[in-house]
Amino acid sequence: MSALGGRIAGIGLLGPGLPGWAASRPALAGEAPWQAAEPVIPPPALLPPTERRRTSLAIRLALAAATEATAAAPDRAGIETVFACSNGDGAIIGSILTALHDPAGVALSPTQFHNSVHNAPAGYWHIAAGSPAPSVSLGLHDDSLAAGLLAALTALAARRRPVLLCAYDAPLPPPLDAARPTGPAFAAALLLRPDPGAGPLLTARFQAEPAPPPPTGDAPGDALDALAAANPAARALPLLRALAAGRPARLALPLAEDAHLALELTPC
Amino acid sequence: MAGAGAPLAISACTAVTALGPGLAPLRAGLLGRRGGLRPCDLPDMPEGLWIGRVRGLEAVALPPALAGFACRNNRLAELALAGDGFAAAVAAARERHGAARIAVVLGTSTAGIEETERAWARRGPDGALPADFDYARTHDLQSLPRYLRARLGLRGPALALSTACTSGARAIMEAAALIGAGVVDAAVAGGVDTLCRMTLHGFAALELLSRGPTRPCAADRDGISIGEAAGLVLLERPEAAPGAALRLLGAGASSDGHHMSSPHPEGEGAVAAMRMALASAGLAPAAIGYVNLHGTGTRANDAMEDRAVHRIFGDGVPCSSTKGWTGHALGASGAVEAVIAALCLEAGLVPGCLGLEAADPEFRCDIAIANRAAPGLNRVMSNSFGFGGSNCSLILGRG
Repeated sequence: MSALGGRIAGIGLLGPGLPGWAASRPALAGEAPWQAAEPVIPPPALLPPTERRRTSLAIRLALAAATEATAAAPDRAGIETVFACSNGDGAIIGSILTALHDPAGVALSPTQFHNSVHNAPAGYWHIAAGSPAPSVSLGLHDDSLAAGLLAALTALAARRRPVLLCAYDAPLPPPLDAARPTGPAFAAALLLRPDPGAGPLLTARFQAEPAPPPPTGDAPGDALDALAAANPAARALPLLRALAAGRPARLALPLAEDAHLALELTPC
Repeated sequence: MAGAGAPLAISACTAVTALGPGLAPLRAGLLGRRGGLRPCDLPDMPEGLWIGRVRGLEAVALPPALAGFACRNNRLAELALAGDGFAAAVAAARERHGAARIAVVLGTSTAGIEETERAWARRGPDGALPADFDYARTHDLQSLPRYLRARLGLRGPALALSTACTSGARAIMEAAALIGAGVVDAAVAGGVDTLCRMTLHGFAALELLSRGPTRPCAADRDGISIGEAAGLVLLERPEAAPGAALRLLGAGASSDGHHMSSPHPEGEGAVAAMRMALASAGLAPAAIGYVNLHGTGTRANDAMEDRAVHRIFGDGVPCSSTKGWTGHALGASGAVEAVIAALCLEAGLVPGCLGLEAADPEFRCDIAIANRAAPGLNRVMSNSFGFGGSNCSLILGRG
């Protein structure tokens, strides 16, 4: 296939010890030490208070990264979105499963039920941004970020309009967490614009062969690499580290065991 | 198809609905005006509901090598593959294009969560889920596309879309975009969604369920009947499928940005999705011969959709909802109704809403309440709208 591509025009980030893209750049670039710390997930300021009150942690996590990535965008309401997440809203799913098995009788919360849909963060985001643009929400277990990148770059190729990719995942509550262990809450967002344009160029090519083992980097096997392996959205870390350092990179994101997305980053 | 490439051939399609497996019972039901909804007979569900249940689903076996994927949703997917030569058509496409050049793009709202509900009931004294519960291959969204990708021997990208009740339609739109962008040459696309307690109790909590079989567009409509269903299409470029008569001509999507579970009252998002679909197909509204409505049977959805469709089409295009036959199959509904659109094109049929003596007198669109012969029917629009303000419209036609 020919490569898909786009320009990175905005970045959002929220993770452990990574309180936003701007604040985390030195740690990601290796210029300052990274220190683990619980992510502080802010309430989404863009939402009206009535809607804001209904948002869960997973929704707030996604909206924090989406907000930062589009903070400088003059056309926020015209941006298509792709939300990529494996676990969905684990707290809500767990709570509904518990309620379904309540011996005293089943009584689900209507708000919890409509917030349980996989596209709930997308729904709240488009309310927050006042955006009628198309949106898609998807999931593919550990490979959700690669799936999201493929969908976002395909949308960019199809319609030549800016696309916001937001990947986010939070740990599941017990007992689901034993079946699906997930590292600390993490969200990364990229605002992609058509090429040619300003900003680093990201291209992607689907390859029907297993991802090659990661090349030995300048800090192999460090704590951020461990973080990247523990949460599907944190698989964005190698790309974010290259972006922070302003260096070119070739990366392979698995997309099923026997295939991958080959990424190439060219700094501007 | 501006925005997603040229028109694509639908070189195979199939569906499983409450009327039975494959296209034949669905076609016969539509022509004979016999629906598939029945009083709910699944255990531990809310009282007094009607559902669109697929009979015999529990007995469907997956191939032993893929047994880890076993859940109600993948049993339904397996049943779908057997219908209308679908698996054989995919195998032939694999020979033509190569396994790596065929994507699997599927929509679902709940994937295999019915399996998690069962596992939850088997928790140990410490609250732990049973050791045989396979989260990654049943509960996780990837379960459905990864199962069909493995089952069909494909090596292209697999995507699981979940945009509530637009999932199946959105999957078809995304699959078309992947072909348009040159990522693949063909795609298995559609949606599969199954009945589960979470869905039925959830819609009951929202007080959106009908007390009898759903009657979309009726003045006294009282809500949704939930169904389970699978709808699958095989998309290719027309030159790769010279025998295929059906086309995906256009697709459009939008967001309401209004409310999580209520549509915009004037249907702004619905209008935007329909306009984008028409623009992508390069068609004027008058070129559409039938609109298959989302038509869930709720007060708010049907009234909004009537206003939105009227803004674009006036009263010049017959419209109806086919959910009276199948129930609302949620994440599969957009795919199933794309397949119904294909059946209508083949049969020259506008199916009138089931179970109505008259359409809501407040409605201004031309709502069909009896079947109409439409021998020249060439292009059909199918609408899907969902929670989160997600909207998607597809246009199918004859090549």
